[in-house]
Amino acid sequence: MDYEVNIGMEIHAELLTRSKVFCSCPVQFGAPPNTLVCPVCLGLPGALPVLNKRAVEFAITTALALNCSINRHSIFHRKNYYYPDLPKNYQISQYDSPIGIQGYLEIETEGGRKRIRIRRVHLEEDTGKLIHSGGRITGSDISFVDFNRSSVPLLEIVSEPDISSPEEAKEYLSNMRDILVFLGVCDGKMEEGSMRCEANISVRRKGSEKLGTKTELKNINSFRSVERALIYEINRQIDVVSRGGEVIQETRHWDEKNERTVSMRGKEEAHDYRYFPEPDLVPLEIEDGWIESLKSQIPELPDEKYERYKKLGLTPYEAKLLAHDLELSVFFDRTVDLYNNPKNIANWLLVDVTKELKDRNKVITETSFTPEIMVELLDLIDQGVISGRIAKDILPELIDRGVSPKKLVEEKGLIQITDISFILSAIDQVLRENAGVVEEYKKGKEKSFMFLVGQVMKLTRGRANPKLVNELLKKALG
Amino acid sequence: MTNLADLTAHELLGLISRKEVSPVDIVNSCINRIEMYESQVKAFLNIRDAETIINSIREDEPYSAIPIAIKDNMLVKGQPATCASKILSNFIAPYNATVIKKLIQNSFNIIGKTNLDEFAMGSSTENSAFYPTRNPWDLERVPGGSSGGSAASVAIGFSIWSLGSDTGGSIRQPASFCGVVGLKPTYGTVSRYGLVAFASSLDQIGPITKDVTDCALLYSFISGYDPNDSTSLNMPPYKFSPPKGDIKGLKIGLVKELMGEGVDPSVRACMDNSIKIFEDSGAIVEEVSLPHIEYSVPTYYILATAEASSNLARFDGVRYGLRANGKTAEEMMFNTRGEGFGPEVKRRIMLGTYVLSAGYYEAFYLKALKFRNLIADDFKKAFERFDVLISPTSPILPFKLGEKISNPLEMYLSDICTIPVNLAGIPAISIPCGFINNLPVGLQIMGPTFSESKLFEVSYGFEQATSFHKKRPQIGGS
Repeated sequence: MDYEVNIGMEIHAELLTRSKVFCSCPVQFGAPPNTLVCPVCLGLPGALPVLNKRAVEFAITTALALNCSINRHSIFHRKNYYYPDLPKNYQISQYDSPIGIQGYLEIETEGGRKRIRIRRVHLEEDTGKLIHSGGRITGSDISFVDFNRSSVPLLEIVSEPDISSPEEAKEYLSNMRDILVFLGVCDGKMEEGSMRCEANISVRRKGSEKLGTKTELKNINSFRSVERALIYEINRQIDVVSRGGEVIQETRHWDEKNERTVSMRGKEEAHDYRYFPEPDLVPLEIEDGWIESLKSQIPELPDEKYERYKKLGLTPYEAKLLAHDLELSVFFDRTVDLYNNPKNIANWLLVDVTKELKDRNKVITETSFTPEIMVELLDLIDQGVISGRIAKDILPELIDRGVSPKKLVEEKGLIQITDISFILSAIDQVLRENAGVVEEYKKGKEKSFMFLVGQVMKLTRGRANPKLVNELLKKALG
Repeated sequence: MTNLADLTAHELLGLISRKEVSPVDIVNSCINRIEMYESQVKAFLNIRDAETIINSIREDEPYSAIPIAIKDNMLVKGQPATCASKILSNFIAPYNATVIKKLIQNSFNIIGKTNLDEFAMGSSTENSAFYPTRNPWDLERVPGGSSGGSAASVAIGFSIWSLGSDTGGSIRQPASFCGVVGLKPTYGTVSRYGLVAFASSLDQIGPITKDVTDCALLYSFISGYDPNDSTSLNMPPYKFSPPKGDIKGLKIGLVKELMGEGVDPSVRACMDNSIKIFEDSGAIVEEVSLPHIEYSVPTYYILATAEASSNLARFDGVRYGLRANGKTAEEMMFNTRGEGFGPEVKRRIMLGTYVLSAGYYEAFYLKALKFRNLIADDFKKAFERFDVLISPTSPILPFKLGEKISNPLEMYLSDICTIPVNLAGIPAISIPCGFINNLPVGLQIMGPTFSESKLFEVSYGFEQATSFHKKRPQIGGS
């Protein structure tokens, strides 16, 4: 291709504070409309905002995790525009002195690790939500407004246009989500709107110094649509340019249903937000001690975990899977403390446990499974008390009921049989009942051996020690 | 015998504690006044019925016997709060302003909500959407504004005292026009929570009373830190003690720039007389120059309108107040604001929107902010040399209804003496200092931030040497 692509991302993350950013109403999803509201978040006359300290801490923590410098003196601005879901008809946001500036986030690309520069991290308030009768704004007679979401804290994270492909954009977004989730500041659920994203896109001929004209893309509400919307928009722009046309600076809307982007408004119709310093709030003074204390509380993030896991002997693939799954990695770390075979634990967690969790559509912390149970199970296998097969069989019950594996195998009589005479008698019976197969084996049909092993295991209901069965059967067949 | 409605609160409290008067008689005296003269003065937008007012009297709560009137831009739960605007004509306050909460905690008897210029924008109360208030000293003349209803109410004895709000002189100028005392406290000492905002960085609630002692007393009830107002200062509230009025050796600066051409000769004569009274009491009066004060009016009209354009954006018909018809949400909001706001409010919203617009922000808003700082610095320097500064409260006498309403610029310029005080955030008091043809003239005394106690001392000293504060208006020769 003769074109280079430049993508900048703007991410909005709803913060998991207990109360809203400028009032004490609870932050909660799914409550009946307009039940989590007060004079402040309804924009009643005379109501005044009071800044939520925890929201500021979440913003600082995130900015630090994204390697930003923190503005010691940060102020809030009013962003003025009229919309029925915006109760004051201005949004309290930040403008020229955001909390965090000049950071970066690293992503993995085909060409190795790449730094995406972060321009700014700022704190603002969310709007309410419009609900149109009939579900769409066009043609609906009535619209309702739910202000439960009004003034929920939002973190806006803006990147430089350093992203060069839809794949990189997806990687950036997914890394960003993981960091937010690991920090505990956002649940990262794009589908539920708690993490939203916009992108600005431009293309230019390879080697050209100047960035092309950008378009701003809105309504990309899932990881799936991010990639697809970007691919569409890039192709559209390349198409325009390669035909000798010019890309128009505009805001475009991703039409999920028809899988295309459509023009929303041009440069001329762009809002003049008339930003000015919010006179109802005092400047935010952020002291070094505060920053240091927040810095010291930042947990281990995916990139660090990844490196550590590789050192523990996991493959890069295993390390990446684990490092980007908060609950599983915490479970892993706790289990490693109790049982010194990381590779074995990772294997169990990433294959068998993950499968069970997927079936249940749960994360590990939502089940009764604990690191202690995991370790007990692995010990039973190591000591030859049960086979790996049995362990896999009882795993669902351990996950659902959280019982002791040791007790469970005792109760169910699943303890492995190592009694040679018992196994021999089982072999005897199998050989007698399968004379034909024995003949085939002796004629050189290797597969028949595995069939006979299977039959012995079946007869002992899986409890016979497979290793012993193998040895003794070989001997018996002479 | 003197009519009880003509007495001050501290006089009445004395009579109550000595059981020389019954609380019901005091309240009835005010109610009688209202019945006799309100139809001519029109100080109120909403009066509680007599029975409710009388039933609010509590035997052991003396303040419940001293009727208070509240400017109709402060929220009293369950009562209308119209801001003298059509757009809020049907609005019932769903919560109490912090000042109201404080008054109610002390059993204050709120008898009604007073008239004002719509959203406190004006200097004559003629900008009320409902009707103008008239000056009790001369019904042909305006009571000043925007707290014209509150000042007129106290002057004529509808209430013993009242609350007003002051953004550019809206307590002091009507106090001056009505021959009563009005205080604009230091910015941040009285909570703005529940005061419908005009210009957030300038607005301040304050008392309007018949004399200085009452002013200090009422101020002690409303001042103090409020966690619901981020601009409220975290310091102990003012504690009332009766002023002594010793002003011997006090250094008073007469602001040269506020004694210039525009000052009416009769006002100038009253100022000369006031200087003599101060000097006779042992104070030293010298002229002082505050060179940037001459830019106060343009500075103010840029900053105040900028903030107002944003503060008043919330009145859109979506959640409360007037709602006009419209085919779309946008059209409904557009029509609501078109029908709901009066001409002066529209003028200021347009002015404010303009000065915040892209390309004009630096030239207007930022420049005005710089001048605001220069003006504040002028005051700081002056207070290094002087304990307090004085000027006329208004350069002109109370004017006739309709005389200035068609010339907004002339009206704006008449606020030259009071506006600098709001820009600097300092406190200032207006006290009666003379009468010209039975029309009151006010003296403004300004002090450094948090110098309210000093202002009470100085003005009490002046009051002790004069008897202007004892004069009461007579309507219809009664």
